[in-house]
Amino acid sequence: MKPVEKELICVTCPRGCRLRVLTDGDKVLEVFGNNCKRGASYAEMELRDPRRMVASTVRVCNGERPVLPVTLSAPIQKRLIRQLLREISTVTVEAPVKMGDVIIQNVLNSGINVVASRNLKSAGKTH
Amino acid sequence: MQRRWDVVVIGTGPAGLAAALSAREHGAREVLVIDREPEPGGILLQCVHNGFGLETFREDLPGPSYAQRYIDLAEKAGVRFLMDSMVLSVSRDFRILISNSQQGILEFQAGAVVFAMGCRERSRAQIRIPGTRPAGVYTAGTAQRWVNMEGLMPGKRFVILGSGDIGMIMARRLTLEGAEVVRVVELMPYLSGLSRNLVQCLQDYDIPLFLSHTVTNVLGNNRVSGVEVCAVDAQLHPIRESAEIIPCDTLLLSVGLIPENELSLKTGVLLDPLTGGPMTDNTGATSLEGFFAAGNAVHVYDLVDYVSQAGQAAGKSATLFAAGKLPARADVFPVRYEGAIRYGVPQRISCSSLAEEPLVLQMRVRQPMEDGAEFFVSAGIGGEATGELLFKRKFPYARPGEMVTLTVQTSAFASLKECGGLTVRVKEETA
Ligand SMILES: Cc1cc2nc3c(=O)[nH]c(=O)nc-3n(C[C@H](O)[C@H](O)[C@H](O)COP(=O)(O)OP(=O)(O)OC[C@H]3O[C@@H](n4cnc5c(N)ncnc54)[C@H](O)[C@@H]3O)c2cc1C
Repeated sequence: MKPVEKELICVTCPRGCRLRVLTDGDKVLEVFGNNCKRGASYAEMELRDPRRMVASTVRVCNGERPVLPVTLSAPIQKRLIRQLLREISTVTVEAPVKMGDVIIQNVLNSGINVVASRNLKSAGKTH
Repeated sequence: MQRRWDVVVIGTGPAGLAAALSAREHGAREVLVIDREPEPGGILLQCVHNGFGLETFREDLPGPSYAQRYIDLAEKAGVRFLMDSMVLSVSRDFRILISNSQQGILEFQAGAVVFAMGCRERSRAQIRIPGTRPAGVYTAGTAQRWVNMEGLMPGKRFVILGSGDIGMIMARRLTLEGAEVVRVVELMPYLSGLSRNLVQCLQDYDIPLFLSHTVTNVLGNNRVSGVEVCAVDAQLHPIRESAEIIPCDTLLLSVGLIPENELSLKTGVLLDPLTGGPMTDNTGATSLEGFFAAGNAVHVYDLVDYVSQAGQAAGKSATLFAAGKLPARADVFPVRYEGAIRYGVPQRISCSSLAEEPLVLQMRVRQPMEDGAEFFVSAGIGGEATGELLFKRKFPYARPGEMVTLTVQTSAFASLKECGGLTVRVKEETA
């Protein structure tokens, strides 16, 4: 196959480097325009197995807030995002919660956990 | 709670938390942070997305986790918190008037004050969109708070005006929560937020972005029923023939942020008309001795890490001032940002502080420079007569939505006292 050049914007950090990627099929031959090593590995992943960090919220029972922000222990496959959100929407946690607590273990068998982004105290009194 | 404090910080966002922590670390004994919200953390609590702390913690954290780390550090360091309390005014002799529902009116005396009130969003009134006044027109940050902190959905079918980061982040968030975002409309011919958000918030979810377009009318009686969208010409005037009605039940506005400075203005601090925030020097000092400022109250940042750094500097200076150890202000010089640089901070530098840390200059360009931009810092102020070149740095591109940071080693400043100031310029490269 003939090498093809593709353009990508790296999303690894807020710098947003504009990458030009020389590919041969799904093989990355060379990456231009990246300011650090992470740009090259991003390009590689983005073409082979694109992943994203996903953040959302889950319902809280008996907490000082009605919802708890959650995130992932590692980026998840892009194609799983919708399904992931459906999983997250079924969960209700009981306060108190600590930052880093696992809210869903090994979500969708991805090896990735959904974890709490902050501490959440329980509301003053129970009902 | 006692009435006398060495350092009082107003605002518990990342700027305020870093300032308070740094004040304790630099030896201030009694440090108080005050916030009108029930919990510390500021705007970060509603920014549940990842992307915070890559510089500070070398980790990709969600906003609430970044806040949590600083809250824990500040608590451990002995910073005191006064929450659910609104600061009403701060007098020039450092008396702070506060009101809350538990104690009514309180008055505290501070040795030094740090303003860290953050910023607020521009609203419909400030961009004057014609049309009816139905429910369903909100700022993107308000919607963000409802969705991420209250667990409420403000609508089902959205149009978002403005390609700022909050707007793009909300486009993704609402989509993930099952709403439909029909389009994002941007007046300028370029993106106003970070490019990464174009990829991971809009392109990933096939949300269309219309550059050089704006909303020219809001329709609906009780609730928004649609908006009129028009293309604009090079002068940003709507082209009537292009008008199109987009049915929707909610219009979100992500049309800019304004530093919040009612308090600092009332105290008598000088503001920079270009940033909307106090004129500061590299130590966070404002025009009024003993009053310091940091974070979005000074100018709107796109990265939290720099907000924390600014807070840290302001907390340190406030501590030195309160202890009577801040050097005299005689050696403060102006920095001028010229040409295609829209604004920059700090507007002044304090020479005696330069011995310790490199000078960080941050600025935004007026228009995108996609083929490269070279920044020059030279000695002297004004016109062609500018003196010796102290520093230069080339970037592959510079964009209005992405702040440019120049870190200048202090060894470059040997002659600063003679030259009376610094001038910063940019040269656009062409392909
Ligand atoms: C939607 C959004 C997305 C962002 N995304 C990113 C990102 O992905 N990565 C990144 O690094 N940065 C991001 N940023 C930037 C960064 O988070 C902010 O610049 C930073 O949080 C600002 O901190 P601050 O302390 O200056 O202000 P704030 O966090 O706004 O804190 C100000 C505090 O002051 C309080 N206050 C104000 N007036 C008074 C008064 N009179 N009395 C009592 N209290 C008062 C307020 O209640 C508030 O809690 C984002 C910002 C926003 C808004």
